[in-house]
Amino acid sequence: MADLSINIAGIRSPNPFWLASAPPTDKEYNVRRALEAGWGGVVWKTLGEDPPVVNVSSRYGATRYNGQRMAGLNNIELITDRPLAVNLAEIKSVKKDYPDRAIIVSIMVPCVEESWKRILPLVEETGADGIELNFGCPHGMSERNMGSAVGQVPEYVEMVTRWCKQYTRMPVIVKLTPNITNILNPARAALRGGADAVSLINTIQSVVGVDLDAMAPMPVVDGRGTHGGYCGPAVKPIALRMLGEIARTPDTSVLPISGIGGISNWRDAAEFLVMGATSLQVCTAAMHYGFRIVEDMIDGLSNWMDEKGFETIADVTGRAIPNFVNWNQLNLKFKTLASINQDACIKCGLCYIACEDTSHQAISKTLLNGERHYDVIDEECVGCNLCAHVCPVDDCITMVPQPVEGVETWNEHPNNPMSKIPAKAG
Amino acid sequence: MNQTPNIAADRLPPDILARNFSDAHPPLTEGQATIESDRCFFCYDAPCVEACPTGIDIPGFIKKISTGNITGSARTILESNIFGGSCARVCPTEILCEGKCVRNSQEDRPIQIGTLQRHATDWQMGTGEQPFSRAPLTGKRIAVVGAGPAGLACAHRLAMQGHDVVVFDARPKGGGLNEYGVAAYKLADEFAQKEVAFVLSIGGITVENEMVLGRDITLASLRAQYDAVFLGIGHAGVRALGITGEYFPGVRNAVEFIEDLRVSPTKSDVPVGRRVVVIGGGNTAIDAAVQAKRLGAEEVTLVYRRAAENMSATTVEQEWAQTNDVTIRYWSAPVRIDGSEDGVASVTFARGLTKDGRPVYDQGEYTLEADMVLKAVGQLFLPDPLAEDEIVIEGGRIRVDAEGRTTMTGVYAGGDCTAGEDLTVAAVRDGRNAAEAITADLMKAGN
Ligand SMILES: Cc1cc2nc3c(=O)[nH]c(=O)nc-3n(C[C@H](O)[C@H](O)[C@H](O)COP(=O)(O)OP(=O)(O)OC[C@H]3O[C@@H](n4cnc5c(N)ncnc54)[C@H](O)[C@@H]3O)c2cc1C
Ligand SMILES: Cc1cc2nc3c(=O)[nH]c(=O)nc-3n(C[C@H](O)[C@H](O)[C@H](O)COP(=O)(O)O)c2cc1C
Ligand code: SF4
Ligand code: SF4
Ligand code: SF4
Repeated sequence: MADLSINIAGIRSPNPFWLASAPPTDKEYNVRRALEAGWGGVVWKTLGEDPPVVNVSSRYGATRYNGQRMAGLNNIELITDRPLAVNLAEIKSVKKDYPDRAIIVSIMVPCVEESWKRILPLVEETGADGIELNFGCPHGMSERNMGSAVGQVPEYVEMVTRWCKQYTRMPVIVKLTPNITNILNPARAALRGGADAVSLINTIQSVVGVDLDAMAPMPVVDGRGTHGGYCGPAVKPIALRMLGEIARTPDTSVLPISGIGGISNWRDAAEFLVMGATSLQVCTAAMHYGFRIVEDMIDGLSNWMDEKGFETIADVTGRAIPNFVNWNQLNLKFKTLASINQDACIKCGLCYIACEDTSHQAISKTLLNGERHYDVIDEECVGCNLCAHVCPVDDCITMVPQPVEGVETWNEHPNNPMSKIPAKAG
Repeated sequence: MNQTPNIAADRLPPDILARNFSDAHPPLTEGQATIESDRCFFCYDAPCVEACPTGIDIPGFIKKISTGNITGSARTILESNIFGGSCARVCPTEILCEGKCVRNSQEDRPIQIGTLQRHATDWQMGTGEQPFSRAPLTGKRIAVVGAGPAGLACAHRLAMQGHDVVVFDARPKGGGLNEYGVAAYKLADEFAQKEVAFVLSIGGITVENEMVLGRDITLASLRAQYDAVFLGIGHAGVRALGITGEYFPGVRNAVEFIEDLRVSPTKSDVPVGRRVVVIGGGNTAIDAAVQAKRLGAEEVTLVYRRAAENMSATTVEQEWAQTNDVTIRYWSAPVRIDGSEDGVASVTFARGLTKDGRPVYDQGEYTLEADMVLKAVGQLFLPDPLAEDEIVIEGGRIRVDAEGRTTMTGVYAGGDCTAGEDLTVAAVRDGRNAAEAITADLMKAGN
């Protein structure tokens, strides 16, 4: 059996699955239930200075896609709306009862040294294992010059991180906002400030939908809406890219990563791990189905690791990074061809119309013994994968890699004006 | 109907009867419709469309349900098939659209096209509005004989195209077999009449009831007074068994029994036997058997000459009969009916099997006691009203070309009185196509 325990920046937990700082970790009651359900740790819902913030009623919007609920979730909530002392007492009580779990406290106070200096000892006193700096909240708090307003300015990230390293002995995780153009800038700033790890991504600025009767963005609060933060399965691709970027860039690759963004099952978890994560944080999936989802996450990941022969999480972390390259390092000589399994084909015609209308007219539609018949015209197929994606039957269209002769990347390609080899005429 | 001691009405209390003859398959809820519509793959050149005689754009209307565009969905259905509401309820979808749904190959569970179609058309009819309007009036007048699905589908399309239409029907109410034939629980709650009203609400159509072609009107006179004539007169005849005892009291044509049921608002005045034997293998036989049972018959046996797979009633229909506690006996040919002036007593059948690919009935005989026998061995087209005219009858039906033209200029026909499957949806297609042909011919003639 694989060993799922981790140690990230000195924070230990029996498995890599943590609940992200959000409503599931807002109070002792939920956190205890989560830890009972098997979560390896929690990042407590972001603490702030008293008096606490006030939240609106009508807080979440969601994307529903083809019957799938919460393909994406958007929220306009702020940080915890409970007094600091209440949260601190609860954190202390939980940590006492669950010494083996990772209890991390998310913090967001104004960008003033005094504020951080004041709150850090209070948090440390709870016995928490570490802190996470919420530089990500993209709505509400950012209007008050906190959250992503800090995370978007590398100098502030560096400065606040440094204060934290100075005023506490606890490991410091910097939570990065994706609402920037280059994720490496805040990551480098965190590194310079002495961060022990980074976590990403926080939510993405979004308007999840518009209520066409109220004529207002959703969620609608008394006739008006505001932009919110987007998360859930829809943001996973964006998170994976940002994670991989930090993990593959030599100077930032030294930062341990806590991966966040749309993780919903063990497979997503494995993908985040191989793209550089050591711990994993989950919010939307738990909000959708409850804490019990962790069971399959743990079980599935463990089985997969056994199958692949990975013994520890460290064996898995970053496995895909050497293969995550820039476009110009891809082999232009590689070719893959679509192939239809005629026994599995249910004759829906979707591959045909997709390729015919929008791709390369590489699927033929004929009648064979009076039955519809779809086939790939190898000569026309460019191997774009579109048909395999639209086909509603699993494993019906497979993409078959063809034998490759040699390697030729864009750097060497004659059509590249920057390459040394002259292009063929015409 | 002759009553005999064992044939009686009012066998069940009114509330049970009401339940037995109410909607057999309830409509989808909003939520169910959304879930089901999301299951549709939105196939290209979808096989389900090809399998629908009226060629409804099925992926199109289902997609519109899933996006919440119910107005558009209903319109998509009704522009191909103005009887989309009754077809959704009566079509044997298992051998039509749903039978060809690609989901069958994937998971043996087709999209419920019929019930989704009902969902959209019910919504439309619930609005009380007709989604179509009439083209500028052409001044043409067209006579339609028969207010069944074929005749009314033709009339609706003609009215849409700007012609004025007069529909003549022999019966007191319109709707044809939707009103007088199809099982009560398929078209519950006066649906047939509601749908007729919906179809007629386009305007430009006058219905003349209790006008019989061959008695009150003739084809020649219609031909003289109107620019074109469409015949959608169904088939009025019933095939006989041709065995002794066929005329004892208690032996009836299944279609007449069904018609009594359809005409009765409460069903409590329709007499039924204690032990009923139904002879036949089609929809009519199934409907008669199930409805006899639901009226309160103690034992209903449906007897068919050949095997289950030879029945024209689909597997789904046969199972429906069985879940209604109807016993089905196969491979039995009726030999004679015994009884007296007081009523039928029993029916004797010869057992058969296939020999050298042909059915042979030499496996001995058996007798079923019965106090009511319902004959459902096929309906016939009766050409009598057309006897005087130069209309060619072929294979027992009116001969028409692919667009519905008969051999007499200006006269068109469709539905059960012409060749092809005897289905509501096929009748609707015929009527609609004939209307297109009539308009095209009238415009071509330039008059
Ligand atoms: C018992 C039974 C159950 C059925 N169940 C189903 C089912 O579940 N699903 C399905 O798809 N199909 C079913 N059918 C078949 C379906 O009802 C017919 O195919 C369909 O109604 C044919 O339509 P039509 O317009 O051609 O004829 P009809 O519906 O028969 O209409 C003909 C009309 O013409 C009128 N008419 C006849 N002669 C004259 C005349 N001389 N002068 C004036 N008017 C005249 C009649 O009064 C009638 O209104 C069933 C049929 C029967 C008998
Ligand atoms: C309702 C809600 C409230 C959140 N509040 C916080 C917060 O207080 N602090 C924080 O750092 N992140 C907050 N987040 C962001 C989550 O911690 C997490 O980064 C994000 O939801 C992406 O993970 P997911 O795709 O698994 O949901 C919140 C998310 C949601 C949905
Ligand atoms: S891989 Fe792309 S080009 Fe090839 S058949 Fe499929 S859709 Fe067409
Ligand atoms: S999309 Fe798949 S199932 Fe549909 S026709 Fe193409 S190969 Fe067959
Ligand atoms: S065949 Fe089935 S899945 Fe395809 S369009 Fe028709 S109903 Fe939808």
